[in-house]
Formats: sequence, C-alpha cells, structure tokens
Amino acid sequence: MSNAQAVGDLVSQPYKYGFVTDIETEKIAKGLSEDVVRLISSKKEEPPFLLDFRLRAYKQWLQMREPDWAALGYPPIDYQDVVYYAAPKQQQKKASLDEVDPKLLETFDKLGIPLSEQKRLSNVAVDAVFDSVSIATTYKEKLAEHGVIFCSISEAVKEHPELIERYLGTVVPSNDNYFAALNSAVFSDGSFVFIPKAVECPMELSTYFRINSGDTGQFERTLIVAEEGASVSYLEGCTAPMFDTNQLHAAVVELVALDDASIKYSTVQNWYAGDENGVGGIYNFVTKRGQCRGDRSKISWTQVETGSAITWKYPSCVLQGADSVGEFYSVALTNNKQQADTGTKMFHVGPRSRSTIVSKGISAGRSANSYRGLVQIGPKAVGARNYSQCDSMLIGDQAAANTYPYIRSQQPQASVEHEASTCRISEDQLFYLQSRGIGFEEAVSMMVSGFCRDVFNQLPMEFAAEADKLLALKLEGSVG
Amino acid sequence: MIRPDAPVLLEIRDLHARVEDKAILKGVNLTIRAGEIHAVMGRNGSGKSTLSKVLAGHPAYTVTGGSVTYRGENLLELDPEQRARIGVFLGFQYPVEIPGVSNLEFLRVSTNARRAEKGEEELDTFAFEDLVRERLKVVQMDPAFLDRSVNEGFSGGEKKRNEILQMALLEPLVAILDETDSGLDIDALRIVAGGVNQLANADNATLLITHYQRLLDAITPDYVHVMAAGRILRTGGKELALELEQRGYDWVDQELAALAAEVA
Repeated sequence: MSNAQAVGDLVSQPYKYGFVTDIETEKIAKGLSEDVVRLISSKKEEPPFLLDFRLRAYKQWLQMREPDWAALGYPPIDYQDVVYYAAPKQQQKKASLDEVDPKLLETFDKLGIPLSEQKRLSNVAVDAVFDSVSIATTYKEKLAEHGVIFCSISEAVKEHPELIERYLGTVVPSNDNYFAALNSAVFSDGSFVFIPKAVECPMELSTYFRINSGDTGQFERTLIVAEEGASVSYLEGCTAPMFDTNQLHAAVVELVALDDASIKYSTVQNWYAGDENGVGGIYNFVTKRGQCRGDRSKISWTQVETGSAITWKYPSCVLQGADSVGEFYSVALTNNKQQADTGTKMFHVGPRSRSTIVSKGISAGRSANSYRGLVQIGPKAVGARNYSQCDSMLIGDQAAANTYPYIRSQQPQASVEHEASTCRISEDQLFYLQSRGIGFEEAVSMMVSGFCRDVFNQLPMEFAAEADKLLALKLEGSVG
Repeated sequence: MIRPDAPVLLEIRDLHARVEDKAILKGVNLTIRAGEIHAVMGRNGSGKSTLSKVLAGHPAYTVTGGSVTYRGENLLELDPEQRARIGVFLGFQYPVEIPGVSNLEFLRVSTNARRAEKGEEELDTFAFEDLVRERLKVVQMDPAFLDRSVNEGFSGGEKKRNEILQMALLEPLVAILDETDSGLDIDALRIVAGGVNQLANADNATLLITHYQRLLDAITPDYVHVMAAGRILRTGGKELALELEQRGYDWVDQELAALAAEVA
C-alpha cells in the first residue's frame, strides 16, 4: 500500500462519541411557527421581554434568506422537519448533583466530563448541556464567593433578568443573519457568565454540549460579560451520536469586554461528522462575536474544529475600544466528505486596535476546507494593525483547501499583513521520521500536531493536551 | 578493521531494485562484517544512493530480486521504522525539514523507539536531555539546535551534523551514510568525519556512499567498492579510491564496455 493511501486510512477513524443515551425525552412536535416560539418561551417560564425578543427574531427570520455565499454544498434544509425543543424528562433542575438522573451523569462520564463531586476536575467549573437543557453546573457556589455568575442561560433569565435584558442581542442583533435570527427565535440553552469589575475568574469555566436526540436541533445561546478589569477563560466542547440523518445546530455566542477586561474563549468542536460517504453528521451554523467595548480590552478566540458535516463559523471581534486587542487562533481538520467554511472577522473601530489571526486548515479524504476572513479598518482606527497567517495542509490528493481573505481599510495609517502557505505531508518527510524508528501513525500525528502548535499553545493548559489527543485520535488507526 | 572471524552484520545478495519502471540496481553483492568500514564510490546515476534508500526501506523503491540479510534476519520484509529500531541507520544526503516538530522531541522519540527495541528503559525528558547534551559533543553542536524544528533553517553543514547526532543517539550497528560529505566546507567535513570515526567500533559497521576521495582522507575505509550501472564493478582496499581519484571514472566506462562485449 502506498503511503498516500495509508495516510488516508489513518484519518478515517471511527467516531468514539457516537453512542445514544436511552433516556425518556420530552419533545415538542416537529416544525416551526409562532406558536412553537411561544411554547418554548412558556416552557422556560420566560419574562415578557424575552418572548418579545424571540417573536421579533422569528418575524425577521421569516423575511430572510439562507445565505449561499459560503463554499459549501448541501441539500436544502427543511426547517419544518426539525424538533425545536427536547429535554430529558426531569422537570426541575436539581439542587444537588446527586439528584441528577444517573444515566445523564454516566453519559458525561463516558464523554470524559465527570460531574460528580468525587470525580470532577479540580480546577474547571463545568456546565453540562444535554439536548435543549442544562443538567448541571459545577462549582457555582465557589464562583459566587468571587461574585462570578456561571449558570445556564435559562437560569440566568430567571435569576438575573436585568443582566440578560441589558446584554442579550447587543453583540449579535437578532437580524444579524439567517441563522442568528433562527437561534434568537428558538434558542434553548447555553451558558451565562458574568465576571464583575476587577475580578479575575478563579478557575477555568467550561460548557459541554451534547446532542442526543436524532431529529432535534440544538440552538445554544451563550453570553459572557466581563466588566472593567475582569478576566476569564472559557472552553466549550461538543459531541453528538451517530445518526444517518443530519442534525441542525445553530448557535449564537456573544462576548462583551469592558475597559481592561479580557475574555479567552476556546472551542473544541467534535460533533459527529457523518460517515465516509458523507451520510449523516451535524450541520453547524454558528455566529460567534465578541465586542471589545472598553479601552484596552481583549478578546481571544481559539478553536479546534474537527467534527460536523458542515461548518459555517466565523468567530469575530468588534474592536471598539482604543488599544483593544482581538485574536483568532484556529485549527480546522476535515476528512471524508466534511466541508468547513470558517474564519474570522476583525472590525477595527478604535484607534490603535490590534488583531492577530492564525488559521491552520488540515484537509484529508475528499473534504473541502476553506478559510474565509475579513479584516476591516474603519476611518477612526488610526494606527490599527493586523497580522494574519493562514496555512493549509493537504493529506492525500483528493482534498481541497481554499483561502478567501478580504481586507477593507478606510484608514491610510493602518498596517495589515497577510501570509498564507499550503503544504502537503510529503513522502520524504514521513520516510525521514520512519527511518528514525518512529512509526507511521506517530509520524503523521507528530507532523500534524507540529503544524498546529501555534494554535494549541493558545489553549488553556488543561485542554492543550486534550486537543492534541483529539487530533491524534482522528488520525489514529491501523495502517496496512 | 578487518577480522575474518567477525560476525556478518549485513549480507546483500544479487539485489535488484527499480524506481517506477526504471531498473536501477542490477545485482548488487556485498558482505559487511562487524568492525568494518566500507566505501561505495561511483558516478551520479550509478545506483549508489538507490542502494542506501533500498536498505532503509524507502517506499518509492521496489525490490525485484535478491536478498538482504541483517544479522540473519530478512531486512527487506521490515518496515522502515523497524529497520531503524533494530540498528540500521541511514544518514541522508538531503535531510528534510519538518516545520513545527521540535528537534529535541524528535530525537527523544526516536532514541526511545530504539531503546525499547533493545529492551532498555525509555528516557524521560530530563534523562534524555542529559544524554543528548553529552552526545552533542561528538559533532560539536550548539544546544540551541535542540530547540528548533527538525532541520528547519539549518545550513547544509548543520543538517549533516544533526544526522551524525542522531547516529550518536541511536547507536546503530550498520550506519549507511549517503553523501555525507556533499555540501560541507573543510571545517564541517572535519567535524562530521571526526564524529563518524568516534562512533565506529569493533561491534558496528559503516557504509560510506561518496563521490569523492576527500571524505576518505578523513575516514579510512577497509574496503572500497566501485559501483556502475547498478552493480559493484570492482572491490579493493583504500588504494582503489586513490586510483579513482587519479584516473577519474573514465576507466570504469571502459571496463563496463568490455564487460558488455564479453556478455555479447
């Protein structure tokens, strides 16, 4: 067998999170209408302002058209064939973890996210979201001692409605785009984080999203606010069972950083990607945006995208404050018939705002991996600077890599740099490592992880090794 | 050092190999015993680099006939990594750059793969750093090279020194050095040759593949083989290299022509 073939086999590993939890689920009927929006809102016992927000978004959505500019091909989505709310039957969120359905705890155990008191990670607080609801959040009390709020967004709506009303939809307006409008109308659960003035969040925060039902869409909504001088590091992880139908996932994440605040948002996305013929897998349409409202504020996105049949995702920064900083570090791995169109947008509004973009795309199999990025420098962004680096690695000879960088500058004194490269794991590089006693699989995984090093270095320490393992897992398998 | 009773490490018998559809090796015979230093000389295209790649197991080359036995084991049925682990080393003519992969980590993984095969315990980061710092002296290399990516941005001489450093760490029993002298200035050549001489002992063997005599001024071979048209045409002592240096390769062509006439 030639090396090229063997590399191909190597990246086609079975998905290890493809199991389904057998649990009684409460689902509403398929389809979307004003009544469904009202039903979701009433199930969540929401205040009127939120129902208004949802209904407005729904009406906007009806007027909008699904975007078709991305380099993605998929059959039309039937939005009436999706269940918009599903929850494990356990009406009230339990006060103590011991009361949570053991099946759910077991599910998260299996996913490597132990929630129970004895086993949970000592330095990471976790919010666990199962289909449309959050089932548990760890370390809430400990965080509260520091004034940090970390809970599901549904809970925040009940307990901190004033904060939700003040910030929700202010970074990503409900009519921002088709998928954001859909999410605003039907969003189910997600996390809410609030770090008060001058508080450095004492531990890593993390949300783990699990889709379990086969015909349910997940519409998570996350909102993170860091007040003046506050800082936080947050990580989300995602997996889903293997189904031969496609599931819709349309999330919205909003970040707000005030003066001197800093938010680090990391994602390890491993939704089910479909099989080798492109059957099944998650359609992942995500709007993530951070607003550096304050001077010297900083928002940093790090993403490791390995799953989903379709990825449409552009975590962005609006650099409003003077001297504010936006960062985007991305690794996107596609295999088989996966398609990813991902990148970032950096809007430079404030003077001397700076942004850094480092994107690493790895395409294997017959997949297509596109980087799409916009750097926009407004007229007041005197002295703004951007540095972008987009590298692609091709594995095999049937994968595609594209780079679409857009640069718009209305400020003559700004500096924008863009570097791009494409490489292939060459037979000679593999042979060199092999001829030093390093096995074929380890050689490939060493090179891929070397290629991604600049991005992995940005992940919180606890997760850097995790990401490396995840990639190795995707690349692991028998050769021959 | 020639000792007729020394164990045979490598036995090549009537080896034929091709790359794509082109036959390159057409019946190579060579026996290498422990303690010996062999030099294979010949023109570009004579097949000497192919011989080294075939011995190391490069996937682009297909063996079409003959055998290679390493310490009694059929070498040709082993993967390249397995050959390296049991003690066959290829020093590359053009070591490739591997961006992003730390040289230190690469050396450690590689050394541990060989140690595991020998039944020795794996070295952790600290133990390995001690070892590598000691071995750096063999090629007078700056420890700063350990922190860089494998061969990335290394000069020609630095790459070759990195090759010999790997050899010093892996302690192979058969080291094949493919044109190790190419692209080296006089000082670098002296350092690299010095490294090879330090590592040669009574238990291992070295196979130098070279175009020029100058490497053989620094490393004295026990045997010199002249390769042409995919075969070893003549074998002699170190004086054969001097003869080649004086007479050039033209006489090789004449001998080849004579040989062809004989066959016809």
